[in-house]
Amino acid sequence: MNNRPLVNGTNAANTNDDGSGVIVFDAQDVTYSYPGEVVALDHLSMRVRRGERVAILGANGSGKSTLLRIFDGLYFAQSGRMEVFGSPLSEVALEDEAFAFNFRRRVALVFQNPDVQLFNPTVFDEVAFGPLQMRWAKTDVRAKVTAALELLNITHLKDRSPHRLSGGEKKRVALASVLVLDPDVLLLDEPTAALDPKSQSQVIDFLVGWGGGAKTVITATHDLASVEDIADMCYVFQAGKVVAGGRPGQILNDEQMLMDSNLIHAHRHAHGPGQVHSHTHLHRHEQHQHASVAGAPMAGAPMADMREEPEVS
Amino acid sequence: MKRHRTGFIEKTINGLTIAFDQAAQTEALSAKPGLLQSLDPRVRVVGTLGLIIAAATSRSLSVLTSVFILSVVLALVSHLTFGLLARRVWIGAILVTGAVAVPALFITPGQAVAVVPGLNWHISAQGIGSALFLIVRVLTSATLAVTLVLVTPWTHVLKALRALYVPTLMVVILGMTYRYIFLLLESARDMFESRRSRTVGYLAPVDERRMATASAGVLLTKSFQLSSDVFLAMQSRGWRGEVYVLDEFKMTTRDWLALGAYLMVAAGLVWWGR
Repeated sequence: MNNRPLVNGTNAANTNDDGSGVIVFDAQDVTYSYPGEVVALDHLSMRVRRGERVAILGANGSGKSTLLRIFDGLYFAQSGRMEVFGSPLSEVALEDEAFAFNFRRRVALVFQNPDVQLFNPTVFDEVAFGPLQMRWAKTDVRAKVTAALELLNITHLKDRSPHRLSGGEKKRVALASVLVLDPDVLLLDEPTAALDPKSQSQVIDFLVGWGGGAKTVITATHDLASVEDIADMCYVFQAGKVVAGGRPGQILNDEQMLMDSNLIHAHRHAHGPGQVHSHTHLHRHEQHQHASVAGAPMAGAPMADMREEPEVS
Repeated sequence: MKRHRTGFIEKTINGLTIAFDQAAQTEALSAKPGLLQSLDPRVRVVGTLGLIIAAATSRSLSVLTSVFILSVVLALVSHLTFGLLARRVWIGAILVTGAVAVPALFITPGQAVAVVPGLNWHISAQGIGSALFLIVRVLTSATLAVTLVLVTPWTHVLKALRALYVPTLMVVILGMTYRYIFLLLESARDMFESRRSRTVGYLAPVDERRMATASAGVLLTKSFQLSSDVFLAMQSRGWRGEVYVLDEFKMTTRDWLALGAYLMVAAGLVWWGR
């Protein structure tokens, strides 16, 4: 797909229709405003196909999180058309129990702030919450929860209270709490926000391997450093509109567009004693020194062990 | 030497820090190898409830005192100390209940045993009995309840309640309240520390009151936002208004024996104190 500018509010993303692949999400001319007439999504159109790994890039307030919530059936388009797996996604549709169960099992959202997602007394209960809502047999629930805890390498935390965990541990539990359902579509809202570099790297490594190409992963982020790892396709949001779309390499090469979208900015660097100046820079692969390419997990492989001390309150 | 004056912000931060310390202390106590800790949480909850009922229904001061002594012994063999019980239970209970019980000394009719000098208020023997009853009953119930909470992780208390057929919705609300109180406490502490970092000198009482009101308003707004987000997160994972939970406790022979002993003692005390 080409990186093309918007014309009259219709974005370039909806041109990504070559007739191949099953469309998971089809948003056409979707608008959403918060009370106080704050427009979050402005006549946005976008299609996501099965197996795609999509990054939604944008500065704070650009509408990324709102779109994820619309994709997850938590908010509903105030105008336009929204479809999931070929069926309309609306408040009325989700009132149908069969549709709702199927949708909730197949589409999962990891919230930006894990504290809103972790509301159960123990980590085990937290991960079991989703399967229990699906009314699976309790023996199946226990087996699935145990497997999810092992996948995320958090079995040792199973009896702990989620609110006593560190940020990285909370994020893992939040991931486990949705991956336990083995969803077809994973929506991630700033998955590496507020994590230390080690935790960020481990979350990214896990996401790179998860699903083995069969799952759809949509990640809202403004962390350009991880885009090439987690996405095959990027859409850049600005004020509720898609201003550009394309392969990560294309998007990251368009510095002017990234500047205009507040995704990069000039900042000061010290390059030696007395040599301080301002310039923009991207954290791209080719700008990194790689000692080895080994270390990325296989598809479905457990997350690297990350035993941490809980944060001291 | 000029005495250091503790301002509203410091007091609030200290209070919040104490709340976190107490929560951490509770987790540590519940992990100790004491008698109560070794029993199934359902046995602890039922046994505690039985003894509280015995204390509440007793008309005999000697029975009440026996239950109180039993509650203290149970606490001590579960690695709680006199000092901890005094700080966490007794001082507060005596102060609050004492304030309620004092009028009973003077208004309960009966044989006068003393007179308050200057006021000529008569203290009756029956009044002393009533006040003692109230205080010992409250001390006993509070000791039992706090001991249960100190030796049992809150998560286990909730699961035990669920296993005992307390409505699921009530148990979930209790659990979420406990969990989000901490989140709001953290938020409040961050807010007050931020204010302290930008405050020079001491605030006048009127300014402190104004700040307290504003802080309460901000916290309320945050709690609304939080509750809305939590609701969305629950919906996202399939919540449709019904609660389903896993109950995973297993009763051993020792637990059954302990439950029998608890119920026999409680029934005996109820009968003795009728």
